[in-house]
Amino acid sequence: MDNTVLHVADVHKSFAGLHALSDIDLSVREGETHAIIGPNGAGKSTLLNVCIGRLRPDSGHVVFDGENLTGKKPHQINQLGVVRVFQTPEIFPELSLLENVMIPILAKRDGAFRLNWFRGFSGETSARAKAEDILHDLGLGELTGSEAGSLSRGDKRRLELAMGLAQEPRLLLLDEPTAGMARHDTNATIDLLKRIKAQGMTKVIIEHDMHVVFSLADRISVLAGGRIICQGTPEEVKADPRVKEAYLGEEQV
Amino acid sequence: MKKSTATSDWILFIAFSAVVLSMPIWLAPFGANYPDLMQKFAIFGVFAIGFNILFGLTGYLSFGHAAFLGVGSYTAVWSFKLLTMNVLPAVVFSILVAGVFAYLIGFISLRRSGIYFSILTLAFAQMSYNLAYSVLTPITNGETGLQLSLSDARVLDSMVGISTGRSLPSTTLFGTKMSGLPGFYFCAIALIIGFFIALRITRSPFGTMLRGIKSNQTRMSYTGLNTRPYLIWAFVISGMYAGLAGSLLAVTDPLAGAERMQWTASGEVVLMTILGGAGTLIGPVLGASLIKYFENIFSAFNQGTLNQAFAALPDGIQSVVVDVVSLFVGEGWHLTLGLLFMITVIFLPGGIMEGIRRIAGLFSRRKDKPSTGAAGTVAEQS
Repeated sequence: MDNTVLHVADVHKSFAGLHALSDIDLSVREGETHAIIGPNGAGKSTLLNVCIGRLRPDSGHVVFDGENLTGKKPHQINQLGVVRVFQTPEIFPELSLLENVMIPILAKRDGAFRLNWFRGFSGETSARAKAEDILHDLGLGELTGSEAGSLSRGDKRRLELAMGLAQEPRLLLLDEPTAGMARHDTNATIDLLKRIKAQGMTKVIIEHDMHVVFSLADRISVLAGGRIICQGTPEEVKADPRVKEAYLGEEQV
Repeated sequence: MKKSTATSDWILFIAFSAVVLSMPIWLAPFGANYPDLMQKFAIFGVFAIGFNILFGLTGYLSFGHAAFLGVGSYTAVWSFKLLTMNVLPAVVFSILVAGVFAYLIGFISLRRSGIYFSILTLAFAQMSYNLAYSVLTPITNGETGLQLSLSDARVLDSMVGISTGRSLPSTTLFGTKMSGLPGFYFCAIALIIGFFIALRITRSPFGTMLRGIKSNQTRMSYTGLNTRPYLIWAFVISGMYAGLAGSLLAVTDPLAGAERMQWTASGEVVLMTILGGAGTLIGPVLGASLIKYFENIFSAFNQGTLNQAFAALPDGIQSVVVDVVSLFVGEGWHLTLGLLFMITVIFLPGGIMEGIRRIAGLFSRRKDKPSTGAAGTVAEQS
């Protein structure tokens, strides 16, 4: 476990007495794709929210590459290279697709704040070319000038993914990246995520779709009732009786 | 979008400058080509352009911008009293002092967003207004307002041997008196420079980040951006514009009173920006000019002028018409403004600029009928 890049240690989080997360202990290794599965309400999204600084754990801490993320502000965590792709698209609806993708690119290049008010946005040619490439990769190349709010739901999800990938994160947290996508789009997204994996990007992925999970994940953690009940390779998880009971039984794997 | 944006921006800028500088000519038919009013157009244009950098780009609605206007005026008059009647130092000091003042207020107010931010700015501005009336009387001269006097030091002027003689001196730009038409041109140049800077800001990465904050502020922080310094800078920049506008008011008429900081003055710039079109570059200037035009032209109408205007009508009807119309002019010009504002907000939420865009869209659609409507693409905002 010497190459652990993200370590969630002993994290507790409760909302009004309800234990959303208890005793969470999780290690993600460099370069792996780590899937977190579990029934609805198991605490998966809460766990991601703790990782990106949206929520503060009641106790325990999250360490990324030797840095304690607990107590850091969301933008500081992002600047360290931890990037989340949201389940419900968090885009800039009034801005064009190109601007939506260029903002994360510029945020990575220029840092959390830069007063470059006398520079032309249209002069940012390299950032622009990069954004166009990414949009093209995700099949949005025709729409770069469109207003993001006018996209279909599936396209918004792809834009959301593009915004995450644009930052070339060291750790990408994906929250159900294929939910709400048609089968064809789901497969295209899986292919894309496999390609990224080949580049060595570490990913944590929350997913309901078992087809997606088993075609991508190196290791799986199963979350139920705010606890990790099982952790291991896809084969180990498939074989574990507790998992079947809690989750897989109804899904028919 | 690449080269064409830059070119169309230059065209926009040159057209804007030409329109502003030729005001004395084309405003003649409207009866508005006298310097006092044109100065107001330019000054409040500056005020609204700056306000729009905060409100139009970031969506943060400040209800206290008149405070910076007032600070600018006081600073300028003090510069006239202590240093020199030359307007340049006054303008520079006003911008700087208003900037510092805006930083202090922004630093606290920007801890909250939405209505709470608006209320905080309103509270600070009212506080400044009341302080100017009471505790700060040594600086602001209270109710009388800050004025020039013969006993003023004017250190720089006396050093170079300019003596004021027995009458109160007037503001100058290296010898040119800043009243009347020269005063207007000075304000017009300030407006054009202000417009140019606002144009650059809007088109810069910094401006894009501000629009990102308006669109989805939470997302900005999860994208690695610290929104707070962006907001503080937007607030300070717009405060500096307000300070510039305040100093120009003092340049054209060297006195400063606390009423300039009152909340109605803060509300006025909000009206100007929304009426013209928040988030657009030209809109705030249009809104400011329109409101100042109404204020000066409509409020000048009285019973007598109305009687003359409707003299052709039969007596009975004439008196009824005059009675009704007189509600909307003279003292009642606010009623006209209110109606105009309501109509705009209800039918054209994007202000006058949206109206212009719609009309332009109507024409372009007629030209190339078969094309699919412009839906879906972000038009270049101007």
